Amino acid sequence: MSIAKIRKIAVFVDEIHIEQGKTIDPPTRRACAVAVINNPFAGRFVEDLSDLMQVGEELGGLLGRRAVAALGIRPADAESYGKAALVGENGELEHAAAILHPKLGAPLRKAVEKGAALVPSSKKRGGMGTVLDVPLGHKDAAYVRSHFDGMEVRISDAPRANEILVAVAVTDSGRPLPRVGGLTSDEAIGEDGLR
Amino acid sequence: MPEVKVRKTVTGVEDVFHEGGPVAAKPYRRGFILKVIANPFAGEYVEDIQPFMEDLKPLGMQMAGDLIAAMGVEPSGIEGYGKGAIIGEAGEIEHGALWHAPGGYSMREHVPNSTAIVPSTKKVGGPGTRLDVPVTHVAASYVRSHFDAIEVAVEGAPRADEMVVVLVMTTGARVHNRAGGLPASDIKGEDGLR
Repeated sequence: MSIAKIRKIAVFVDEIHIEQGKTIDPPTRRACAVAVINNPFAGRFVEDLSDLMQVGEELGGLLGRRAVAALGIRPADAESYGKAALVGENGELEHAAAILHPKLGAPLRKAVEKGAALVPSSKKRGGMGTVLDVPLGHKDAAYVRSHFDGMEVRISDAPRANEILVAVAVTDSGRPLPRVGGLTSDEAIGEDGLR
Repeated sequence: MPEVKVRKTVTGVEDVFHEGGPVAAKPYRRGFILKVIANPFAGEYVEDIQPFMEDLKPLGMQMAGDLIAAMGVEPSGIEGYGKGAIIGEAGEIEHGALWHAPGGYSMREHVPNSTAIVPSTKKVGGPGTRLDVPVTHVAASYVRSHFDAIEVAVEGAPRADEMVVVLVMTTGARVHNRAGGLPASDIKGEDGLR
């Protein structure tokens, strides 16, 4: 029995074959799984947000698995991840925080195996069709500079006023032509989540 | 013969469980695939553009097959389709018209009993331009329950010298369809209309 009242799930996959005239082989690939859910607290102030924390736990696993499946990779081959929420006009920013921060991470990390690094996030409020930029960072070592990225998603008919759009992005690669130095994926130890 | 240069591929598949009414027993699935390709005619007027249609055929066939796979259904499970193109600012609307035949026939090759014309739309626009791609029933254009549209856009494309070519498919009727008209169960599927 699902806790989240899900109206829609959408999964997007973005592959870059050529960047600035250079062939990217294999292409860099990013997937984002998005759920459109009912906001049980829309239109009123509710002190205890634990219901939305449960929703976050459920969606972290569901959307993480959907994104990995869409890439057609083994969970261990996921390289970076990110999360974001977009709250419809009758909700508050804190609703996004309740979904994203307390419980979403653990099941997402299970879906991508490991995930020592913080899951980068963003949140905002907006109407239907608002663009949400989901930040991306290396899943095991936040300082890996080649994997800082972002993926744009939008759903034309969501969120309605009483809805929340929840997005989880997973990649199997960094940016297509990384050349700004810093810690590389190969050098990362991946124990403290940073390096 | 200009080769088709693909810079980006984006696919999206959406499951609609409800839209405020009863939850559907089987979610209504809508999908799109798009390719960002170089426009070989950008920046100049070229009279004879039709050879590029031939070049686009294999791309169309690949896109249709990949979209059906992404939707996770058999080809016979595709009930609605549509196509579209966005042409970057150094091109002309006529370049988008080159997608009609390769885009449409590629889907009709894959989807059984697809006797209906593939609805389409196109426009010239900048990066991130949104396109509402129309959808109709694959065997009978008048089936009212299957009229729909799927909005697509791709961040950063088309650049001036690019085009975005799009195919869309659906697996059934709108989730709460109740506007009457010809039901899918009553079609003959011979003339592509009814």
